[in-house]
Amino acid sequence: MIEITLNGAARAIDASPEMPLLWALRDVAGLTGAKFGCGVGLCGSCTVHVDGVAERSCLLRLSDVAGKAVTTIEGLHPEGDHPVQAAWRELNVPQCGFCQAGQIMQAASLLSAKANPSDAEIMAAMDGNICRCGCYERIVAAVRLAATGI
Amino acid sequence: MLKYLKDSGVALGAQVQAAAGAVVIRAVDRRTFLKGSGLALAAFASPAAAFEAWPTGGEAMPRGLVADPLVFVSIDPDGTVTIMAHRSEMGTGVKTALPMVLADEMGADWGRVTVAQAPGDEPRYGNQDTDGSRSMRHHIQTMRQMGASVRQMLAEAAAARWGVGANAVRVGVHVVENPATGATLGFGDLAAEAMARPAPPREALTFKSEAEFRYIGKENIRPVDLRAITTGAAIYGADMRLPGMRYAVIARPPVAGGTLASYDATDALALPGVERVETLEGAALPGGFAPLGGVAVIATSTWAALEGRAALKITWDHGPHASYDSEAFSAEMAATAGKPGKVIRDRGDYDAAKAGAARVISATYHQAHMAQAPMEPPCAVADVRDGEAMIWAPSQSPYTAREDIAKALGLDIGRVTVQPTLLGGGFGRKSKADFATEAAILSQRMGAPVLVQWTREDDIQNGYLHTTSAEHVEATVDAEGRVTGWLHRSVAPSILSTFAPDPGYQMPIESGMGHVDTPFATPNLRCENGQAMAHARIGWWRSVSNVPHAFAAQSFAAELAHALGRDQREMLLELIGPARVIDPKAEALPEDMWNYGEPYAQFPIDTGRLSNVLNVAADAAGWGAEMPAGEGWGLAAHRSFVSYVAAAVRVKIVDGLIRVPEVHMAIDCGFAANPERIRSQMEGAAVMGMTATLYSGVTFRDGAVQQQNFNDYRMARATNFPERVHTHIVAHPFSVHATGVGEPGLPPIPPALCNAIFNATGKRLRSLPIGETIDA
Repeated sequence: MIEITLNGAARAIDASPEMPLLWALRDVAGLTGAKFGCGVGLCGSCTVHVDGVAERSCLLRLSDVAGKAVTTIEGLHPEGDHPVQAAWRELNVPQCGFCQAGQIMQAASLLSAKANPSDAEIMAAMDGNICRCGCYERIVAAVRLAATGI
Repeated sequence: MLKYLKDSGVALGAQVQAAAGAVVIRAVDRRTFLKGSGLALAAFASPAAAFEAWPTGGEAMPRGLVADPLVFVSIDPDGTVTIMAHRSEMGTGVKTALPMVLADEMGADWGRVTVAQAPGDEPRYGNQDTDGSRSMRHHIQTMRQMGASVRQMLAEAAAARWGVGANAVRVGVHVVENPATGATLGFGDLAAEAMARPAPPREALTFKSEAEFRYIGKENIRPVDLRAITTGAAIYGADMRLPGMRYAVIARPPVAGGTLASYDATDALALPGVERVETLEGAALPGGFAPLGGVAVIATSTWAALEGRAALKITWDHGPHASYDSEAFSAEMAATAGKPGKVIRDRGDYDAAKAGAARVISATYHQAHMAQAPMEPPCAVADVRDGEAMIWAPSQSPYTAREDIAKALGLDIGRVTVQPTLLGGGFGRKSKADFATEAAILSQRMGAPVLVQWTREDDIQNGYLHTTSAEHVEATVDAEGRVTGWLHRSVAPSILSTFAPDPGYQMPIESGMGHVDTPFATPNLRCENGQAMAHARIGWWRSVSNVPHAFAAQSFAAELAHALGRDQREMLLELIGPARVIDPKAEALPEDMWNYGEPYAQFPIDTGRLSNVLNVAADAAGWGAEMPAGEGWGLAAHRSFVSYVAAAVRVKIVDGLIRVPEVHMAIDCGFAANPERIRSQMEGAAVMGMTATLYSGVTFRDGAVQQQNFNDYRMARATNFPERVHTHIVAHPFSVHATGVGEPGLPPIPPALCNAIFNATGKRLRSLPIGETIDA
């Protein structure tokens, strides 16, 4: 049993401490917003926040986050209206949408660390998140929009 | 099944609930209505003037087209209009676009429309195989027809209520009005009476004029799943959670056609969470969409299943393809491409042109196998109990999946339901439902719901790969520098090998994708196929054989220009020749030429449209301007899926890295029904095309795929991608038949990119993938 704060609420997760956080979230906690795309930290589809910072949940063991605050896409904003989510909708960013939870979590983490990043900083921060549909141009624009309103 | 949805304890996406509700409950209502309706057909005087129907290949698809509004539309008393999306959503926007067309023609307020994803039921909905860029092309007319039908049924119901003629009422937005009295009735008020009426025949319908469209062709409708996607509520293939659900991963034969020799599951079964280990029989080659077989580990979590699989000790019999070496095979294909092949199109006398030529210029191009690698690897959830099967799968072809699963389970198809979830990308991979069949078989054996999850390694190593090819192109040039002959010889394993004994030659469907259908006007023109046997499971990959065919033809056109000292755009325009609708007989198109399944008369090869998109893209790019060192534009124009797309790609070499700062895409897809998603498809095609050009190579040694994951099967990423894609959509009225946009954006990208690299560096690259760096 590992105790964490999951999307703002105290939770005891009944799973092996060795289980990757991604599978604990999806298969034990029932939160399927974080996606499995590669399993080895290469695609970013599973990105969540640990104590407010973007992490690949497929690379963390459940024991790594004991006592920490884990936020998934489901908990990013109570109504789903975080500025990054709103910007994503404003620009119709997603195509298939599968990677977008990870993209949004990555972008939200970037903006909480740096309120107004340059385009180069946005691109560098988003480089670990693959989008096979190829929404990168809109992703960069949406991060900019979320940061600046433009 | 609703019970499981409600019992699952996980917040389900509204779409899934709506879909299940619409299927299970409303379908019964509609059948009752249909059976009980003995009413006479409404007699409307006005003809269908606003658009004249044209035939498409849709009628010839399995189970064809359905235009019955009672199948696709239901209206609740509160005015909520539910429209069934019968095509699968993998990112093209079709789940939004087709219902949007219906809603507009019907007069519905989009804010009061709910879209529900239909289960795989082709006898009911018509063909659901979502590939070939066919959805809009085949279904835009039936969507308008059904919208007009419902509008008329609502009008008739209101007229009956008011005791006036149906022509005396007017349908506004979600309301029917009686102009004489000012009375109004909402769609919800009229739902029960309207939807109990028989659907009027097409000839009795009136259609909106284009000026009256509120959504069709506009930019004001967002994808229906947009909010759910951005909040994590959207349901993809691995997101169903059912009580008692088990998680499975499967060790599959590493070599296509391989079989299980022996295995030891002792260690696996000793691991916590591992419940069962099951062997799956694989189909002998050619296996179609049947599972590869192997050893499945079923556990209480995906992680436990993965750990269990890693602990299996397996010996495989690798079968007939154990020595497949893709490098050696490429050399074989290149050798074959250098020799005469099977002639599949012959105009004029190429041999005579060659004999009399002052110069013969030639080049051979190569493409490696590619994996579709959708971000969501194959996965599915199945619940097979008590002789009933319910499957949730990210399937491009849910009825095909249902047929395959019914057969695999030994169940009547009526006992099998396949509900498509959202697809986390498809690109052709998810037309093949082997993964859903695996889940169904395992669930049947377990007597419990089972989720089968493929890993990325499974996806790359055990999939249905894009073919590999060698393309030899030659041109003959006379003493005056005129191009007199064009020879294109294509050598590539055929997709047919997946379904039938391997003929070793591309079939008409493949040759029709940018090879025999070349629009070039060169007087002596020959197309040939060389033999190449398949040693892997070959499947389709976004735009299929157009990728290697267009890469060769469009690269060579630029090479030819360079060799002759000509401008590349002018050379390409000259090859395409005068604006004309190609006469198949006069230009010696083969009688069995595949025109993407479309009647040629309605969707002919129109060279004027091809030249036009080339000019639009080239002009937008400022073609011909002097470029700084290490920078260059490249062009390509290609007709595929009866759409015309040209790309102008700008390359900038930065410290040896190939960068693409800007792309102009010009597309002529007939009437543009949903321009916003057309643009997104062109942006995506540029990115996927760049990935294909730079990175996408699956190679084989000793019969097995060498790549594993995104470390060695790489993708364009946010630091290096086509940074600014401008999409230019050629404007047409509705009467210029809408085609499709999912695939045709891709084929021009690899040749345009390589032409740009040549113009930036002087280096000609002829083998895909080219890698991301080049010495400038």
